[in-house]
Amino acid sequence: MNFVKRLFLSEYLVLGLCVVYFAAFTPFTPGFASWSNLQTILAYCLPILVVSVGLTLVLIVGGIDLSVTSVIALASVVGGKIMSADEGWLAGSPWAIPVGLFAMLLVSAVVGAVNGVAITIGRIPAFIATLTTMMFVSGLAIWLTLSRKIGGLPSGFVMLGQNLWIVAAISGGAILLAHVALTKTLYGKWLYAIGHNPRAAIVSGVPVGRVTFFTYVFSGLFAGIAAILFTAGLETGNPEMARDNLLDVVGAVVIGGTSLYGGKGHVIGTVFGVLFLALVDNSLNLIGLNFYTIAMVKGGVILLAAFTDALRNRFMAGA
Amino acid sequence: MIEFVNIEKSFFGVKVLKGVSFAVKPGQTVGIVGENGAGKSTLMNILGGNLQPDAGEMRLNGQPYAPKSPRAAEHARIAFIHQDLNLFGNLSIAENLFIGGFPRPSAWLPFIDRRKIRERTSELLRDLQLPYGPDTLVERLSAGERQLVEIAKALAIDAKLIIFDEPTTSLTARETERLFAIMAQLRERGIAMLYISHSLGDVLRLCDEIVVLRDGAVVGNAPASELPMERMIALMVGREITQLFPQRDTKPEEGIALDVRGVSQPSVARNITFQLHRGEVLGVAGLMGSGRSELARILFGLDPCAAGEIRLNGQLLNGLSPRERIQRGLAFLTEDRRMEGLCMEAAIADNAALVALPRFARGLFGFVSKKKSRGAVRNIREAVKLTASARDAQPVKTLSGGNQQKVVLAKWLLNEPKVFIIDEPTRGIDVGAKHEVYRLINELAARGTGVLMISSEVEELIGMCDRILVMRRGEIRDTVVASEFDRERILRAALHDKAPA
Repeated sequence: MNFVKRLFLSEYLVLGLCVVYFAAFTPFTPGFASWSNLQTILAYCLPILVVSVGLTLVLIVGGIDLSVTSVIALASVVGGKIMSADEGWLAGSPWAIPVGLFAMLLVSAVVGAVNGVAITIGRIPAFIATLTTMMFVSGLAIWLTLSRKIGGLPSGFVMLGQNLWIVAAISGGAILLAHVALTKTLYGKWLYAIGHNPRAAIVSGVPVGRVTFFTYVFSGLFAGIAAILFTAGLETGNPEMARDNLLDVVGAVVIGGTSLYGGKGHVIGTVFGVLFLALVDNSLNLIGLNFYTIAMVKGGVILLAAFTDALRNRFMAGA
Repeated sequence: MIEFVNIEKSFFGVKVLKGVSFAVKPGQTVGIVGENGAGKSTLMNILGGNLQPDAGEMRLNGQPYAPKSPRAAEHARIAFIHQDLNLFGNLSIAENLFIGGFPRPSAWLPFIDRRKIRERTSELLRDLQLPYGPDTLVERLSAGERQLVEIAKALAIDAKLIIFDEPTTSLTARETERLFAIMAQLRERGIAMLYISHSLGDVLRLCDEIVVLRDGAVVGNAPASELPMERMIALMVGREITQLFPQRDTKPEEGIALDVRGVSQPSVARNITFQLHRGEVLGVAGLMGSGRSELARILFGLDPCAAGEIRLNGQLLNGLSPRERIQRGLAFLTEDRRMEGLCMEAAIADNAALVALPRFARGLFGFVSKKKSRGAVRNIREAVKLTASARDAQPVKTLSGGNQQKVVLAKWLLNEPKVFIIDEPTRGIDVGAKHEVYRLINELAARGTGVLMISSEVEELIGMCDRILVMRRGEIRDTVVASEFDRERILRAALHDKAPA
């Protein structure tokens, strides 16, 4: 009983689940354990992971950011509009890539800042604020392109998303940065305090507005980095990019043990959560289930994770 | 009526009830006293069906009684009136009374028999002399009136045993009197009551029998007449506290720490002027709603200040955020520990380090030195005498009220404040912890910190302060120095519009 309980409360529970799942499905799933498939899983995981890590910060502070996937779409379109050899504003210019990258990050940060201002100064609930920016931003992305995909991206840019080593380095760096910020810095400590009890945080001299604002900016920026990886990986600026990934991202963070009520969570958990969902997704794809069936299974998994979290809390309470 | 036989209960492997046995006779009022963490609330939660005991049993009128839920307790005609009231503010009184089971016109129809519940509610409200209609929304009632609604709820289920858990903490003096009068009526009707309170005077006055708990065991059980106050306290803490208020040998210094001139805020504070010296403990007395807590919030920058000047060691504080005031040496222990004082789910160490955190951070990115913050927390834990059994990583919510308050004190002391505003520092904490809090306040004053101490307990102010300001309706009505301390004079200034000469 004690062992079960300790395992249950462990941060590495989800990693354990990944290993068990992998071991259990390998015999029945042709090609699951092959090197090329593992590379596929990793390539899919990493950009999703970057967004999820940004969202982890937001959930810890007690908020939610529903706009992250629409930010990916908008940044993707903006990048395409600038860099594309077919229709880009800077087509062929040596400045195309640096300006394109900068603009993608800038536009993402700006959406995050709009969320931050609406939530901290406007005092709009995060759910509504980010839901409305999501609608606006995804609409904007489609309007900018008239719903077309943008091709002809420069090879120097495409490399950023297609060379697995580069992808790993970029996302690894971003994830590590978030992890260090969360565990080692004043910002991280404040983030948890606000998530636990914003009123007590204000009384204790925590700059609650500033910290919350920057958390939404970071969330936008991480979505921007993911947009670079996605856009380069798929060689297109796509106004519908990542459209179906929002619940994967939220689900992965929750599976990783971050609480929707704020104050609890860590980057490592999110890494495992993303990995687990990716394994489920990939294995079900390999055995030939269609998109909708997979969505149903994933929904069930996320529900189970939320239930586990509730159970954990009850264990912690000692009852 | 009800009998407890060897009840045991553990949390996290720690035994909080170690075989509790006692009995309540029908119609009797039994007081349960003990320090925080003695096991009173746990025992009552077992009786009310919120928790199940690990061992032992209860007998209700001779029959075994083991409620699995609050609903089961209700069926056994046991009502629980909680410390933090369990009412729905957005519903009417009538709806609140019958939320557990609305009567229906017939068993077949899924409708609520509104007329019936209105009639029954009116009847109950008349009984308790509450001048409201059954459709009044509960959020419009005062704390004391809500308490009466809770009692009406107990009467609605025809309770034979009512548990009162700290019922007077949020009541005014008049509301308390009214509650006691109603309790006397209930007693005449033959309803048994369990009364839990830190206010030992009330317990002596109301109860037939008193049960004293310490560390999860019954250490005293006798008729109230045989348990005078000193004896009760001695049993509760396990030692004699000879002097509740420790002696302070230092005198206030000449220098002014906090200079408040003409501070006003419409309908909250009017022309408040006073000087707090270094090393002084300045009391603020007044009733709830007199503006004492509101004044503290204005001084700390949580609420706006329309006019006047606030200076800390000569520096003007007006217009600064709480954060900036903290940086200049201000500290504020709020009256609401759970909502504003602590992050209840977070660890002891994280709570204790929160205010002083920037001191442990270095560089552009604000890396927090774990070594520094850990060391500081270790020292401050010792200074405030936090219970040794609590681990640094343990969530604050697992601590008793007294130890929680020590964590709040620790987090402010760690920042070495020049002026410390403390609002109700001993509310809801036990005698031993109170003594510790008083000792810490004296230590602070001895080191030259100016302490502004707000309290609704006049004895506490008289025992601790160099001077006492008395507030009423947002104004300072009287200033009393230590040599002239007089309970009557203070109460008179707090209660009456006429200011004494």
